Amino acid sequence: MKNSPALQSFDPQAVGFRSGLEVHQQLLTDHKLFCRCPAGVYSDDYDAQALRHMRPTLSELGEYDGTALMEFKTKKDILYRLNKRSVCTYEMDDNPPFLINEQAVEIAMEIALLLNCSIVGELHVARKQYLDGSIPAGFQRTAIVGLNGWLPYKGRRIGVVQLAVEEDACREIRDRGHLRIYATDRLSMPLIEVVTAPDMRTPQEVAEVGWLIAETLRATGKIRRGLGSVRQDVNVSVAGGTRVEIKGVPRIPLFPSLTYFEAYRQHRLLALRDRMHRRGLDKETEAYKRFELGSELEHPLLEQARRDHQRIAAVVLRGMSGLLRWPIGPNRVFADDIAGRVRVIACLDHFPNLLHTDDRRPSALSTCDRQALKALTGMTADDCVVIVWGQPKDVETGLNEVEIRVREALVGIPNETRQRLPGGETDFERILPGPDRMYPDTDSPPLALPAARVKAIRDRLPEPPWTRQARYTEFGLPAHWMRSLLREPVRADAFDYALKVGIKPKLAGWITVELLKYRRRIQRGAAELNPTHLQALLDYIVDNKIPRAGIRLFIEAGARRGSTEWRRLADECNLNCADRNTIEAAVEDAYVNRHLIRTLQPEARRRCLTGIVIDKLNCLADGRMVADIVEGRLNAN
Amino acid sequence: MDRLDEEFIDIALRAKPPALPFNNYRHIILIPAMGDDIYKGYRGAALSTLKNFAVRVWSDVAVKTNNGEFIGIILPRSETADDRHLVLKMPNGYNIGLDVDTIENIIERGFREAHYKIPEKEFPFDPGKPNVTLLGTGGTIASRLDYRTGAVIPAFSPGELYGAVPELADICNLKTHKLYGVFSENITPEHWLGAANAIKTEIEAGADGIVIGHGTDTMHYTAAALSFMVRTTPTPIIMVGSQRSSDRPSSDAALNLINATYSAAHCDIAEVMVCMFGPTSDEYALLHRGTRVRKMHSSYRSTFRTIGETPLARVASGKIDYINNDYRRRDMSRSVELDTVFDERVSIVYYYPNMKPDIIDSLTDNGYKGIIIAGTGLGHVNKPLYPALKRACSSGIHIFMTVETLWGYVQMFVYDTGRDIMELGVVPGANLTPETAYVKLGWVLGHTHERAKVNEMMLTSYAGEITEREPIDGYLIMQGGLPEMEIFLKNVHV
Ligand SMILES: [Zn+2]
Repeated sequence: MKNSPALQSFDPQAVGFRSGLEVHQQLLTDHKLFCRCPAGVYSDDYDAQALRHMRPTLSELGEYDGTALMEFKTKKDILYRLNKRSVCTYEMDDNPPFLINEQAVEIAMEIALLLNCSIVGELHVARKQYLDGSIPAGFQRTAIVGLNGWLPYKGRRIGVVQLAVEEDACREIRDRGHLRIYATDRLSMPLIEVVTAPDMRTPQEVAEVGWLIAETLRATGKIRRGLGSVRQDVNVSVAGGTRVEIKGVPRIPLFPSLTYFEAYRQHRLLALRDRMHRRGLDKETEAYKRFELGSELEHPLLEQARRDHQRIAAVVLRGMSGLLRWPIGPNRVFADDIAGRVRVIACLDHFPNLLHTDDRRPSALSTCDRQALKALTGMTADDCVVIVWGQPKDVETGLNEVEIRVREALVGIPNETRQRLPGGETDFERILPGPDRMYPDTDSPPLALPAARVKAIRDRLPEPPWTRQARYTEFGLPAHWMRSLLREPVRADAFDYALKVGIKPKLAGWITVELLKYRRRIQRGAAELNPTHLQALLDYIVDNKIPRAGIRLFIEAGARRGSTEWRRLADECNLNCADRNTIEAAVEDAYVNRHLIRTLQPEARRRCLTGIVIDKLNCLADGRMVADIVEGRLNAN
Repeated sequence: MDRLDEEFIDIALRAKPPALPFNNYRHIILIPAMGDDIYKGYRGAALSTLKNFAVRVWSDVAVKTNNGEFIGIILPRSETADDRHLVLKMPNGYNIGLDVDTIENIIERGFREAHYKIPEKEFPFDPGKPNVTLLGTGGTIASRLDYRTGAVIPAFSPGELYGAVPELADICNLKTHKLYGVFSENITPEHWLGAANAIKTEIEAGADGIVIGHGTDTMHYTAAALSFMVRTTPTPIIMVGSQRSSDRPSSDAALNLINATYSAAHCDIAEVMVCMFGPTSDEYALLHRGTRVRKMHSSYRSTFRTIGETPLARVASGKIDYINNDYRRRDMSRSVELDTVFDERVSIVYYYPNMKPDIIDSLTDNGYKGIIIAGTGLGHVNKPLYPALKRACSSGIHIFMTVETLWGYVQMFVYDTGRDIMELGVVPGANLTPETAYVKLGWVLGHTHERAKVNEMMLTSYAGEITEREPIDGYLIMQGGLPEMEIFLKNVHV
């Protein structure tokens, strides 16, 4: 942290922190969104490969979208791995789409209504361009289902800008040099995208709202769970800055640190801009000189590059001395942001991919090399030089990107999407695409969503998490039980069923949260109990008046044997509740055979005898009945 | 106007019009131009709604519904869509449909008609490069929409093409000439004649190669027609199209155009050919002989295949690999000779079991002069058709048999049926594809109706349409699931 001035005392709220979420959640459907391929069939095996290139298309004013241009600069070969079981010719853009999957639309409408959205009168499928190749067609089919919704949070409303149903993209397998490989199994699976307004004011709020959305989606029971089924983009801006999107965050607990560091980065970049302005640098007039390097420098990386017959070139950044070392995060400096851009756009993905004169670490340029650079380029003490090496064309692109990034620093914070790094910081991913990439899908007819259909769905909406939470609070359940019930709809349903059959809230919570967690722990990989099994279990508990301790034994035995036939389980594991006669016999037996009991004080005698009997009966006796019988037996003496 | 409405209007007018350049109305209108219609595509209840609130297509509006408020631009509506919805383009680029029954008020905040424009950059001229002329007939090779008229306009001038596919300038000096703007299905023999004449004009004016942009659906008909009508050519004549329109990033249009232009400029084959994707991957194009090529898939990129032969060549990144040596060489001293005749009174009859003779009779009664039958197997039809065929032949109609199997020769001696049918006057058409046979019969009947001469011409190969022998690699329809194909698929890009 020595790197970062005032990081510890940094207060995001003080710099106008704003954050919004885009949650991408796969829906639990039988088929994909626009073809009849099965959904949710994953495999790393492939039967065939297809090669494509993405070419930017002209907007109507004859301009290219920023991302489009960037992806075109990268000139990648994109290879798709195709598995016959999970992909057909639709996903490869060799067949037009079939009609949109109604099951997916139905689920999306349900979620939109839960999020208090207005449902559109008619659904129009749009094409959203992606030139990174993540979708073979070069665009994703997407359609707005709901708009203008909200979620209650801390006494205010978090806006839900829109909810769209769309097809999922490919899974990236690798991306090195000029080759990117994608698996296509996930491609075209139905997703919803929920976009919130930038209404979150602290990093912690981002996570809390993230959970609230997750709980709402899960309440439907119609979304996919598990690895990769949900991905979140987190948007962050600070006052005077630009919206930056952190892509594909898999877990909510990562939100606070990511957004905190991103707000800090933006804050630092704004300070860098001011510093550059004070030095009199100007976006328009800055001209950067470039030099080809031969064997002037001795740095081992450059020597290696020479051996590999690579091009080595340098650009002089006038007036930038020291600023490439400008900290933008706990472990990152401005040069790292430049390097990220060069890596992605110029495909220079060796590490490190640039050397610069601001770097004072032992791995950096030697004093000798600096002298040589000075002689070659005429750089002054105010300047900084960046060196890039690799394939000639890539080096050209790389130098361009260095310049572009430095110019952007004079404006402020570039409009870009960023990828998460392990420590919570982020690196450049791509330029943020504008609305220019949306256009209507002429292959799909509009689909009317009549009021009657909306009403039918509204009438059977599940209870949203915020009203459930209010209910749980009334019961006085501990916070972690509430969280568990809100996040696992199966447990919540079982909890409600337990209340219905007369189990007290606290016991119901204990069974549906603690015991079910316990069950999962002792039999790893066991399937969760389905709602029918759970209801049967709860019925059995009530009907047989099984005491607390007995319930635990019961669930334990069930988990170990993988059994859900409760009656048979009771017989086989000797877990039947003792009747009056059995209890009386056990009391008599203990009293007669345990002589020492008689030496105890009356109160201790009663407790000890009760304990022995319950233990002997495997905890499967009604405690009150045992106590009564013990009492009777002792009194009879 | 109630208070709520006033409030709404206030909000609507205060809200800033979307900052986005409204330049994305690509492909919305597939309806023909309708003059100055300000309600493009709207009818019934939707039209009344527009009129009630005095707004029109391209109005920038705020709409108040009982289901929330929306801001956006009113877009034209497809004529085939219902009359219950308005289509709104929102500032984020998405379109939504608003149910007109829910609309309570619409305020026009502005008017923003979009115009689609492709940048014109001057196509560079290099005296060292070959000259290629691109003739346009329509189709999706490079098209754009004009939102003012709703018409589909091909991006076509050299400047427009250079803006969209700058690689073309590395290949040749490009000249373009727009012949027609018709969809592939609307191509007629008249268009074929016009194209043949244009080819002659352009080659005589110094073109080193011709590229013809064409919709893919009927490209093989046009390719066959030009093969017969342009009797000799000194240069390649390359037909090209695209299976994915050029407004999508994965379009095959640019690469097809690049490969076609390269072939026209540098290929040694002076024939009419089709240049389209070989595999679905962006790897190479195949050059197919115009008389043996056929569109074989409704949507695949690699839809064009040579039937019963190998393709002529393979083209990729500025390199041509010749596959088949049996072709007419480029020779700039050769002159273009045209033979542009066509008798339209020709039809194809695709035979199916239980076909009734009235199908043939109606052609006879309607004055047709030629019939191509696509028969079963080796070239058969059922017995009930015999009298009708006999009547047709004796009334002077020329009937030729082809096979609906597409691959293989007609062979009518093997079975009695075949011999019986020949007896009626039906002539076996060797291995002409049904489509090529159709085009050829029209062309032959443009010369003569004398039976012996017609038969002789039909069975003479003028442009490789009939081959002497079927090579052993001329019929390759691989079947998935076989172990050897699994290996092939895994190792070769599909
Ligand atoms: Zn599919």
